[in-house]
Amino acid sequence: MTELSAPEKVPFRLSMLVYDRRYRSMTFQVVVFILFMAIGWWLVDNTLRNLAIMGKDFNFSFLWQRAGYDIPQTPIPYTADDTHFRAAMVGLLNTLIVSILGCIAATVLGVIIGVARLSKNWLIARLMTIYVEIFRNIPLLLWILIILAVFTELLPPPNAFRGENPTASMILFDSVALTNRYTAVPTLTMSNDPGSLPLGARITIDWAVIAFAVALIGGWLVRRAINGWAQRAQDRSGRRPTTWWINLAVMVLPSLALIRYFGIDLIEPELRGFNFTGGMNLQNALVVLWLALTLYTAAFIAEIVRAGIMAVSKGQTEAAYALGLQPNRTMRLVVLPQALRVIVPPLISQYLNLTKNSSLAIAVGYMDLRGTLGGTTLNQTGRELESIVLMMLIYLALSLIISGVMNIYNARVRLKER
Amino acid sequence: MSDTHAETVAFVRDTMLPPVPPPQRQAGAVRWLRENLFSGPVNTALTVLGLAAIWYLMAQSWDWLAHSVWTAGSLAECRQTVAETWGDGARGACWAVIRERWNQYIFGFYPPALYWRPVLAFGLLFVALAPVLFSEAGVIRRWVLGVATVGTLAALAATSAPMPWLVAAAVVMAGALLLSERGSGRLLIFSVLYPVLGVWLLWGGSLWGPLMVPLGIALGWLAWLVVSRVSPMLAVLAGIIATLAFWMLLSGRVASDAEGLLSLALRPVRSNLFGGFLLSITIGIAGIVMSLPLGIVLALARRSDMFLIKTLAVMFIEFIRGVPLITLLFVASLLLNYFLPPGTTFDIILRVIIMVTLFAAAYMAEVIRGGLAALPKGQYEAADALGLDYWKAQRLIILPQALKISIPGIVSTFIGMFKDTTLVTFVGLYDPLKSMSDAVRANVAWKGIYWEPYIFVGAIFFIICFGMSRYSMYLERRLARDHR
Amino acid sequence: MKTTALMGTVAAIALTGGAAFAAEGDTLAQVKQRGELICGVHTGLAGFAAPDANGNWSGFDVAFCKALAAAVLGDATKVRYVPTTGQTRFTALSSGEVDVLARNSTWTFSRDTDLKLDFVGVNYYDGQGFMVRRDLGVTSAKELDGATICIQTGTTTELNLADYFRANNMNYQPVNIDTSAEGEQQYIAGACDAYTTDASGLASLRAAFADPENHVILPEIISKEPLGPAVRHGDSNWADIARWTLYALIAAEEYGVTSANIDELAANSGNPDVQRLLGSTDNLGAMIGLDAEWAKRAIKASGNYGEIFASTIGEQTPIGLARGLNAQWTQGGLQYAMPFR
Repeated sequence: MTELSAPEKVPFRLSMLVYDRRYRSMTFQVVVFILFMAIGWWLVDNTLRNLAIMGKDFNFSFLWQRAGYDIPQTPIPYTADDTHFRAAMVGLLNTLIVSILGCIAATVLGVIIGVARLSKNWLIARLMTIYVEIFRNIPLLLWILIILAVFTELLPPPNAFRGENPTASMILFDSVALTNRYTAVPTLTMSNDPGSLPLGARITIDWAVIAFAVALIGGWLVRRAINGWAQRAQDRSGRRPTTWWINLAVMVLPSLALIRYFGIDLIEPELRGFNFTGGMNLQNALVVLWLALTLYTAAFIAEIVRAGIMAVSKGQTEAAYALGLQPNRTMRLVVLPQALRVIVPPLISQYLNLTKNSSLAIAVGYMDLRGTLGGTTLNQTGRELESIVLMMLIYLALSLIISGVMNIYNARVRLKER
Repeated sequence: MSDTHAETVAFVRDTMLPPVPPPQRQAGAVRWLRENLFSGPVNTALTVLGLAAIWYLMAQSWDWLAHSVWTAGSLAECRQTVAETWGDGARGACWAVIRERWNQYIFGFYPPALYWRPVLAFGLLFVALAPVLFSEAGVIRRWVLGVATVGTLAALAATSAPMPWLVAAAVVMAGALLLSERGSGRLLIFSVLYPVLGVWLLWGGSLWGPLMVPLGIALGWLAWLVVSRVSPMLAVLAGIIATLAFWMLLSGRVASDAEGLLSLALRPVRSNLFGGFLLSITIGIAGIVMSLPLGIVLALARRSDMFLIKTLAVMFIEFIRGVPLITLLFVASLLLNYFLPPGTTFDIILRVIIMVTLFAAAYMAEVIRGGLAALPKGQYEAADALGLDYWKAQRLIILPQALKISIPGIVSTFIGMFKDTTLVTFVGLYDPLKSMSDAVRANVAWKGIYWEPYIFVGAIFFIICFGMSRYSMYLERRLARDHR
Repeated sequence: MKTTALMGTVAAIALTGGAAFAAEGDTLAQVKQRGELICGVHTGLAGFAAPDANGNWSGFDVAFCKALAAAVLGDATKVRYVPTTGQTRFTALSSGEVDVLARNSTWTFSRDTDLKLDFVGVNYYDGQGFMVRRDLGVTSAKELDGATICIQTGTTTELNLADYFRANNMNYQPVNIDTSAEGEQQYIAGACDAYTTDASGLASLRAAFADPENHVILPEIISKEPLGPAVRHGDSNWADIARWTLYALIAAEEYGVTSANIDELAANSGNPDVQRLLGSTDNLGAMIGLDAEWAKRAIKASGNYGEIFASTIGEQTPIGLARGLNAQWTQGGLQYAMPFR
């Protein structure tokens, strides 16, 4: 019988920090940490010395000075008298607007192209392959410049809509004008305007918008309740009550009533003076950037979608058919949930890329975060250190939020492996 | 059995009928069309839509392309030629601008007499890359090397390279071709030395300067060899110190002394003369080559058990991946001088290369981390079972496999980075896409010319990036086979 | 092994190729030691600074760089031109990347003080104007209410524009553009009704149009834009050299010293002012750390102020700018060199 002897107690020696595996990683980490701190200190020290030599300091008080420049597209009220901070916020909102619009459009287009690439139709499949290859292999900047050139060179200036025999005409029942400056679209007016809710900092939100939001969310909740009731009825009796007309009414009727109550009407754009007025003018900078980001990112999304669909094995579809599921339910209940698990992570990283690529707004003069905080503000105040650090932190925060959402989603759809 | 049949059935065929050709609608082109284009109402509609789109694009661009003008001194002259040849109001492409300015799009402001140097550097790049990229496919390697050799020699002759260089290039490339037949391993020595050669050819100056880098590393290695007999831990330290000390204290003097003994100098070319595709390719290659080792280190650090190391790696990677490249370029052009000791300043191209390297390294780290994660756990356990320590296991077992399966990802990172080199225009460098075109348009003769330069530059980008993506697909197929 | 070799190579480029150490303070010593003047210029503005097909720079601002290099180094070709954008120009100067910035930059209070630059003088008196198409029928900037206006971001013109329209109670739609090349593209296509920038820039743009006669520059000049070279704050001697090189060019025109007759005048001019300027008597150069003939070389580089003006942006060139405010003070203009004494 062998007896387990207690492990020999080795007295600690200094050389064990290097040679003993238990301590070595600790030593290594400490050394790296010291090195890291030293480099960090070196950088900060250099920066401070450089600032001192240039006679500058590091503070963000310039953000509260008068900005003095105008911004073409302002989602929140802004004039040249506002502060640089507010200008930066306008820029941030503009970044978000083009990113969100781009993500939506690129997803729709990308899914269509990805599915079409798998089409049995030879011509369509080939065309989509060409589309994907062309857009993926040419720099985004080139697409932005080309689309900008198409918009400025090929579309008519507002002047062309003028006179007895205009050389250009409005489309969609004379309600939309495509010009080389902007796309003039109709806006809404209210004859019975309930005013708006101030949120502070001169940001307001129309009561009408709130009313519509409440109506839609309420309608959606009621619809869910009705569907639940229908499901229970089906489980009980085996027959599903017809609910589609109730659903439709719940969704649509309150909105119609609100439209009537507020007296909402369309105002069509009208050429007055130099430009179209009355309607809303979507700046070409926005439209060009949005289109370019959409077309470019859609090519990548198409590949992701294609890979996702191909990753679901054919046996799954066949098994679903064997169970008697109809094709659309097969898609909805069997193929899609599995494909989405493959599609979503790279899709979100494409959203991240799109958001970061929106900083190429610089090429079209769209005043996004880089255009305001990292562009005009930086230039007018000469605070490059503060401006760029702040701008990077904001972009970083945006990215972290998006990837945080992605991680939550991933955790939810992850295959529950046992 | 057959007897019973013979009695009950009046007629039994005992020979096969000769095959009848399928009905007209089920054969040849008609069948193909029916199956692939017109199999149903939806498909027919889609086909018609596709054809309409093609027709529309052709109708829009055909006459413009057909009326191309290749020789003219200015845009006005082009338009005049078009009007004279095809009548008033005809549109036509004016490729004369490319014909006149192509050298600027390719080489930027590099001295025309020295065009052969970037050409040679680019040609030798293939020799350096072939053993790495096509390590197992002898036939393809032979083709790549052959085409590169012929192309480079032709281009060298066209850019009137000096005779000795032409002969040297022919000898080196032919030698590489022969050597690669006997296995790609030997060519790797050339791959290692290529950066020195490439830097020397592009920037000129003395060869001894760049040579000091591998020399310093060799010295460090020597120190490591000597000291490792005493203590392996001290050896690493000694190696690093020897290398750094050589670079900081001795390299300048050694280089100048060596230059005095044997002058190996080319005419120096300043990096502010770099532009066009020369700039894009230089930044792209330098970025990818340097980001690879950094990416490997970051990936290993991120997978490390050591909390602090892991945290630092995650912070770095997520920070770089979280901000747009354009802000990093602004850091390179506006802020880097703040972070360096007062008064230090160096070349904007080098600063841009550093930032692009850091940017690519973060993406590269994620790609390699994917490769590491894809390795079966058994490989790690086998390495442990063999008693290999961490670095030996990584070097001999893990990394060779992980890197191999990451190559497609690395290539697509490179494609992305190469496309992103166009962004250097926003910090005042002459990229081929925007700055160069603007510079061309600044000339009165070519004012207002947009489509032709864009198409030309876009086509070159497409050819390069498409070629690389095909390569990565080829590799993916190959790797997929290997794993089966 | 291989990977570290690659890393090291780059370090070597840094050490051997690019690295230049600019100690704080003495710019003159650095320039002399380097044997080369580094001059920040525009990325490409016809007439002021633009590279030709071979990368040779020329233009009004470039001529100043050449004169300065000739004065300091004795060779007008020893200049390295660093193209800077509106965004990077001042940082390039303050970080020591360039020795002098000659990039038609406006001399303003905050740039002179807060940005820590020193403007050494004014080589072009400019003002912000508007250009419109003739067929628009606009004759005054006051009629531009509601117009779409192309404006380059990050310039003083952007602020002036906002101020002007507010002061006159008018509205406008800005179209922000990054470079003058883009602005031109948008303006020609009609994407904006008016293009605004410095009047010289407008003239330079219009000169290059296919149909200059169809565009008018409106009479209103809405701001003062004194454009001049700038150096880093804190090196007074270097600022003096740059300032007096500029004055030497201006004074040379006033005294009738041209690149053609300069050798003759240096040898036998009766005018004591000319003799002092050209270093025939008094060694003025020694007071700023240069030799006696510094001004002579500066003037010889591309001529006196008038010659430079005439050959780069004057009425004989495609840019076609009149001297206007930039005539000598004796001719009713504002160019006035301080006395060389």
